Amino acid sequence: MRTKPERQAAWLMVLPVVLVVAFSGVVPLMTVVNYSVQDILDVDTRFFVGFDWYRDALRDVRLHEALWRQLVFSFTALAIELPLGILVARCLPRQGRAASLLLVLCAIPLLVPLNVVGTIWQIFARGDIGMLGAAINGLGIDYNYTREPLHAWMTLVAMDVWHWTSLVVLLGFAGLSSIPPAYYQAADLDGAGRWQVFRHVELPHLRAVLLIAVLLRLMDSLMIYTEPFVLTGGGPGNTTTFLSQHLATIAVGQFDLGPAAAFSVIYFLLILLLCWLFHTLVVAGAERDDA
Amino acid sequence: MRSPGLASRLVVAGYSLYLLLPLYWLLAMALKSNRDIVSRLEWIPSSPTLANFAEIFSNPVWLDGFVNSLAYVAINTALSVAVALPAAYAFSRYRFLGDKHLFFWLLTNRMSPPAVFLLPFFQLYSALGLFDTPWAVALAHCLFTVPLAVWILEGFMSGIPRDIDDMARVDGHSLPSFFFRIFLPALRGGIGVTVFFCFMFSWVELLLARTLTGSEAKPIVVVMTRTVSASGLDWGVLAAAGVLTVLPGVVVVWFVRKHLVRGFALGRV
Repeated sequence: MRTKPERQAAWLMVLPVVLVVAFSGVVPLMTVVNYSVQDILDVDTRFFVGFDWYRDALRDVRLHEALWRQLVFSFTALAIELPLGILVARCLPRQGRAASLLLVLCAIPLLVPLNVVGTIWQIFARGDIGMLGAAINGLGIDYNYTREPLHAWMTLVAMDVWHWTSLVVLLGFAGLSSIPPAYYQAADLDGAGRWQVFRHVELPHLRAVLLIAVLLRLMDSLMIYTEPFVLTGGGPGNTTTFLSQHLATIAVGQFDLGPAAAFSVIYFLLILLLCWLFHTLVVAGAERDDA
Repeated sequence: MRSPGLASRLVVAGYSLYLLLPLYWLLAMALKSNRDIVSRLEWIPSSPTLANFAEIFSNPVWLDGFVNSLAYVAINTALSVAVALPAAYAFSRYRFLGDKHLFFWLLTNRMSPPAVFLLPFFQLYSALGLFDTPWAVALAHCLFTVPLAVWILEGFMSGIPRDIDDMARVDGHSLPSFFFRIFLPALRGGIGVTVFFCFMFSWVELLLARTLTGSEAKPIVVVMTRTVSASGLDWGVLAAAGVLTVLPGVVVVWFVRKHLVRGFALGRV
């Protein structure tokens, strides 16, 4: 592969994006950083407090709990959605009417507004009026996601899988469609089994799209707010309160701007760190494989 | 190409059922009166009624909500694709000072939780006089749609061989002429996929859309939560409202389905 030519004038083409993102990203982020080092009593009365809010946030037990729950939730959801998404993508027919109909069906959950996703699962899972809740109760299991933390968790994970697995399916389908049929024929001639075809033919072609899928899912599940808010409201108790909801409680509920801002900065850095770790590990692994 | 076996069909059928059941239940609830919903559990509505939809459509706020939502989604999608195209081209074709860092910095914006930005956004757009207009929501959503658009388009552009650029230059095309006459048509599928993702992430977002609008530009998802809470907990109306917010997505995906399949099939996203 040829290396790309060097051309500093390319900055001019990137400039519009930089301006838009600076306006909608950097300016607000700086505001947050600014808040995070001040104690704001009202618009005119504020004191510089240095890193006090950060210290408080890092010692906050409720934040630790929310963070722990968040990590367990995100990794559970990813651990189900990725393999399931790849499996379904492999099983979909490659072309024809059925393929395009199934892809449309897969895309529908992705286009449902986030609060409506919560509403759909609320209606679906309630024991008194819901199909799922009534069916499980009919089996003799006392299922109630508003009372039992474990049931609330399982319902949330089922909802997230319903909502987002299709993203992996669509991206995986794209990756699989790009494999030339000759690769499969060659594998057949070599007498490769299903697993070997998957491991040596399909997986290498899926790497780029799976990287996008995992990063998108990781970011979004770490920021999840609306769906659990509608479905469980963070309950029962605090058992399904994740980071964004904890943040919204401090910022909007209690209007503690300084602590909320400090928490925001930590939160943002955490997502950045996780995504960077993942990206570095995968890219480093890919380069080692290629070498 | 091997034909799908029985196991594959079962997996696809099971997954489809899993996707469809909650949607079916939403529709079934929307066609029942609240009294029927609460009193007994029916798998199929025995006396279907459109009363819930009638109640919604008798309220002009709903139509406005639809128009408002589509307005900011359209502005956002057009803006995102317009600024992302040249940037993605630069990233896919040239090396320049700080290109890798810039690309990663763009992505970090996709990683910032909207909850973090609620207050600063509110103050920023109020100060600019954009509060309660579709522009405020559209610009705020650029935070996550623009980096995504650059990311996806860069992938598609890198899939188009650079020889095309060189041949066009030999044929005497200037850069703009090459870009619009040759490059963009070749990129149709990629643009379709990008539009789909911008539409998707902007249409489903609630938190920012709710914070940045008042009575004038109120989007449909907010109308839904407020109308329903104002009239008490009427499950039938809630479900009907849900159905109405799902429909535009279904329409959009139906129209772009060919692009979606071809775009995705084009290869490395």
